[in-house]
Amino acid sequence: MRYITYLAIGIFFGIVMFKSEAASWFRIYEMFHFGSFHMYGIMGSALVLGILGIQIIKRKKIKPFPGGEMSLQPKENGVARYLLGGIIFGLGWALAGACPGPMYVLVGAGYPSILIVIFGALTGTFLYGLVKKFLPH
Amino acid sequence: MNSIYEPWPWYVSGPLIAFVMFLLLFVGKQFGMSSNLRTACAAMGAGKAADFFKFDWKAERWNLMVVLGAVIGGFIASNYMSDNTVEINPEISQQLAQDYHIESAGKAYLPSEIFATENLNQPSNILILLIGGLLVGFGARYAGGCTSGHAISGLSNLQLPSLIAVIGFFIGGLVMVHFIYPLIF
Repeated sequence: MRYITYLAIGIFFGIVMFKSEAASWFRIYEMFHFGSFHMYGIMGSALVLGILGIQIIKRKKIKPFPGGEMSLQPKENGVARYLLGGIIFGLGWALAGACPGPMYVLVGAGYPSILIVIFGALTGTFLYGLVKKFLPH
Repeated sequence: MNSIYEPWPWYVSGPLIAFVMFLLLFVGKQFGMSSNLRTACAAMGAGKAADFFKFDWKAERWNLMVVLGAVIGGFIASNYMSDNTVEINPEISQQLAQDYHIESAGKAYLPSEIFATENLNQPSNILILLIGGLLVGFGARYAGGCTSGHAISGLSNLQLPSLIAVIGFFIGGLVMVHFIYPLIF
C-alpha cells in the first residue's frame, strides 16, 4: 500500500514536471540566459510556500502520518562540497538540459536518448563514491 | 487549440511542486530526486567497490517507486496532456538558431538536433549527453542533493548549505551556457 502511495506521488510529480516545462532543455537554456521569468517563478513560488509550510510544521510540531518525525534534518555544515559539487552539477544541468527528476520524466515521455544521460548520472554517482575520500568536503 | 495541451504557468507549477514536497514529508520521506541514483548503484552491487554504497538500500526502495511514478507521469503528460512543443522567448530561440543551428524551439519539447534518436549517430551528441549526465550525477552526490533536494527542500528549510549549493548550480550553469557552449556547439 505504501509503495502505491510513493508511486502515485511520483506520477503526480512527473506530470507537474512535464506540464510546467521544467523538464524541457529549452526552458533550462532560457533560464541561464535570463530570458524568461518562468523558471524563476516556479522555483520562487515553490519556495515561498515551502518556507511558510515548513515553518508551520515546525511551530505546530506536526508529525507525518506513519508517526515519527518530519524528515527535516539540518544539512551538515561546510562550504567546499556544496560550492564545488554545486558548480559541477550546474555544468551538467546546463549541458544535458535536465536535472535528475526530469530525466526520468523524459524517459516516460519517449526520448530514448535521455537514457544516455541517466547512464552518465549513474556512472557519475558511482565515480563520486570511488573518489569521495580524496575530495575536500 | 485545446487548453489541456497548454503548459501550466509558473504560479500553478511552483505551488504544485511545493505540494509534492509536503506530500513526501507527510508520508515520512523527503523530496530529493538524486539520492535514488545512489540507491540504484547500491542495488547493482556498487558496495563491493566503495563503502559509500554500503548501506541498507532496501530501506530506500521507496525512492525507486517515486522514480517509476515519474516515468509514468511523463508518459501520461506527453501522450495525453501536451502537444510536445515548448515556446520560449523569441530572442533566445532566434539566438539558438543563429549561433548553434538549433532551430527546434517552439516545434519540439527537447531540441531534436541533440535528442532525436536519428541524430545519435553524431558522436558529439552522445558525448554531450554522457558528459552532462556524468557531471549531474557526480555533482549531485558531491553537493549532497540536486535541484529538488537543495533548491526546493533545503532552501524551504532555510539551510545555508543549500543556498551555497544553489549558488554553485547557477555558477556552473552560467559558465556552461555562456562560456563553454560557444566552444562545443
